[in-house]
Amino acid sequence: MTKSIDSTGRAGRNFLLDLLKQKEMGVFLALVAIVAFLVCKTDSFASKDNLFAVSRQIAYVAIVALGIFFVIVTSGIDLSVGSLVCLSGVICALVLQGGHHPLLAVLAGLLTGAVAGAINGLLVSYVGVTSFIVTLGMLSVAKGAVLVLTHGDSVRGSTEQFSTFLDFGKRTFLDGRLSMPVVVLLVLAVICYIVLRYTVFGRRLFAVGGNEQATELSGINVRGIKFFSFVIASVASSIVGILYIFQYNSAQSSAGEGMEMDAIAAAVIGGTSLLGGQGSVVGILIGAIMMGVIRNGLVLMKVDAYWQKSIIGAIIVLAAVIDILRSKRK
Amino acid sequence: MSMPLLEMREISKGFPGVQALKNVNFSLSKGEIVCLLGENGAGKSTLMKVLTGVYPEYEGTVSLNGETIRFRNTRDAFEKGVSIVFQEFNLCPNLSAMENLFLGNENRSLPGFISYGATRKKAVEAFRKLRMEIDPDALVKDLGVAQQQMIEIAKALSHDTKILVMDEPTAVLTELEAKNLFDLMRELKAQGMAIVFISHKLNEVLAITDRVVCLRDGENSGEACTREIGENDLVSMMVGREIDRFYSKRAGQASSEVVLDVRNLTGRPMTRNVSFKLHKGEIVGLAGLIGAGRTELARLLIGAEKVTDGEIWLHGEKVSITHPKHAVARKIAYVSEDRKKYGLVLPMTVRENTTLAVHSRVSNWAGFISGSKERTLTKDFIERLRIKVPHAEEVVNNLSGGNQQKVVLAKWLAIAPDVLILDEPTRGIDVGAKAEVHRIIADLADSGVAILVISSELPEILHVSDRVLVMHEGRMTADIPRSEANEETIMRAAVA
Repeated sequence: MTKSIDSTGRAGRNFLLDLLKQKEMGVFLALVAIVAFLVCKTDSFASKDNLFAVSRQIAYVAIVALGIFFVIVTSGIDLSVGSLVCLSGVICALVLQGGHHPLLAVLAGLLTGAVAGAINGLLVSYVGVTSFIVTLGMLSVAKGAVLVLTHGDSVRGSTEQFSTFLDFGKRTFLDGRLSMPVVVLLVLAVICYIVLRYTVFGRRLFAVGGNEQATELSGINVRGIKFFSFVIASVASSIVGILYIFQYNSAQSSAGEGMEMDAIAAAVIGGTSLLGGQGSVVGILIGAIMMGVIRNGLVLMKVDAYWQKSIIGAIIVLAAVIDILRSKRK
Repeated sequence: MSMPLLEMREISKGFPGVQALKNVNFSLSKGEIVCLLGENGAGKSTLMKVLTGVYPEYEGTVSLNGETIRFRNTRDAFEKGVSIVFQEFNLCPNLSAMENLFLGNENRSLPGFISYGATRKKAVEAFRKLRMEIDPDALVKDLGVAQQQMIEIAKALSHDTKILVMDEPTAVLTELEAKNLFDLMRELKAQGMAIVFISHKLNEVLAITDRVVCLRDGENSGEACTREIGENDLVSMMVGREIDRFYSKRAGQASSEVVLDVRNLTGRPMTRNVSFKLHKGEIVGLAGLIGAGRTELARLLIGAEKVTDGEIWLHGEKVSITHPKHAVARKIAYVSEDRKKYGLVLPMTVRENTTLAVHSRVSNWAGFISGSKERTLTKDFIERLRIKVPHAEEVVNNLSGGNQQKVVLAKWLAIAPDVLILDEPTRGIDVGAKAEVHRIIADLADSGVAILVISSELPEILHVSDRVLVMHEGRMTADIPRSEANEETIMRAAVA
């Protein structure tokens, strides 16, 4: 047997060198540079309060992005995640408001996402409508449901159960440095990493995105895989919807607006291919952090608020352009 | 002898994993029709792509009228008088004949505005020159194949063309249409044009060309004046001495045990009332013309298409297969004709592709994949099938065609199939890899696998099969034992 066959290519001779060759490395270095710049140029970026707020904001986007990644990796798209953040939060808050046990409320919130995701998945996988249209419709349906339920108001808590719920969620960790959303994100990121990398389901997600027909012909239930990817994306949104209540003491009827864009952007910046089959949890995290830090940086640098949106948009497109150029050079 | 119009000297061109051309020489004189002959993958297309500027990077020299030249792109080649009519037409079906004719070279009235009057006039003129009656306003999608081809030719001739390359122009034509095309070619020749004619139809080559240049494995393998040779000479030029190595007989014998028994199978999109049996350890060839419904039959057998009537029996038991996963569970493997489209997940590694159909075998009860089980399995197949890869983590997109085909084979052999259906198993891979694939097929049959080989290459069918089935328009038209199988018996069943 030759040595070349024996080596797996991953068993690194030089760990650091392998690390540098990772696809996510470019974005990571850019992120380090931006953070370094902000630490030097602003007084407040590295402050405990700012980092607490920024990391919480990043966690919301990152959790939604992790969920949507399951859909994107199979070469689908889910535009309904932002609306489902909102609807799930509202349902959760309404159940609390009705005086039910917090656990039941959380369950109801998660179930909202699961049902909506199952509808998305059913229409895409089994009926065969394109995911863009299905989830665009779901975006509007969910938003409409929120308005019906809240009349555009927020759902505020007055019950004992609501207080118990908020007390739990407002807990912080590491001497007040980490918020609940960040802890939840870390747990979910580890789970996603393991699922995507080490399980049959994870492998099949990438296979579907890489070549759907070959995967189906290999005896794999492609429809089932796609169906579950939508359920996962929606449940991730529900989690964020519930976490939002902790921060605002209420479920806002405008929560999660435009979140789908931030999540897709975080994925793309982190090296996820919208054509499917490519991307990683680490990339998603880096992408989400990048988005959060740049947003925060623009505020701290006192950039005109009107300009911020345009700058963020330009950065997203730039990331996609860089990605294309890099893959073309290969 | 006068100076040749075109002289290609010592042309070499390599791609990752394969040397497509090795020091190939090719020349062309004014008013000459030269056939470029060779098997699939011999390097004909690559040579023509060098000539027409598709590949501006190559070794060697190309000279036109004695002047060394290097075409930067197809446009450049076209403007200097080299045009090509591809096998697959590059027409926009939703545009009209005349719009297609002048696409990229529009007749303008004001800047940016198309003058339809001038376009129509010029189009009518161009078509008349080719003695072709085409309504310039007809949409291309409504025209026949021959007319579409004429538009391509008219387009190729719309500049001051000195060299015209025609890649299998008669493949899609009826006999009469082909005859008209030959008349046109003779006329162009009389006008002094040099034509490169690529065709697999040997009688046509003998009828229309002045000279034959043959390639094999990317090298010159013969050249002759057409007048002085016959079909047999052409075949031996193409195939060479390889023929002995190819046609080695197999040691094993098929048993009488029936593995797969297909009874009156009918299904979408075109399979009609097909019955046949496959025995243990038997290699059965499935011949037929392109479009005879062989791939459709295979897809029906693995549940990728819907069965509307008939039965499939496996090991004496009636089975229902409605999804490829049922076929995999029943140990029926199908290696498709298009490995990139239906066989491989290109961005994934050799390891991940090899285990794609056997996830249950390399994972535990909780659905976690065992990396070590995967690596062991992959390593076994890399050695057994002699897949040439640096390591199991190589992305399959980077492999040569032959090695990619072996990875697809590995994926299917991993399910330990009882029935193996191979659809054009050696399409687009080089001769060496081809012989290896044939060896693997024979070994598998010897180990008891029942094998169905779909191939459009008759020599391949005749070489590997113990028995030959022939299909025509979705029906089974013949079941020929090895002793009676030859090109003639097969072709007769394939056309009737």
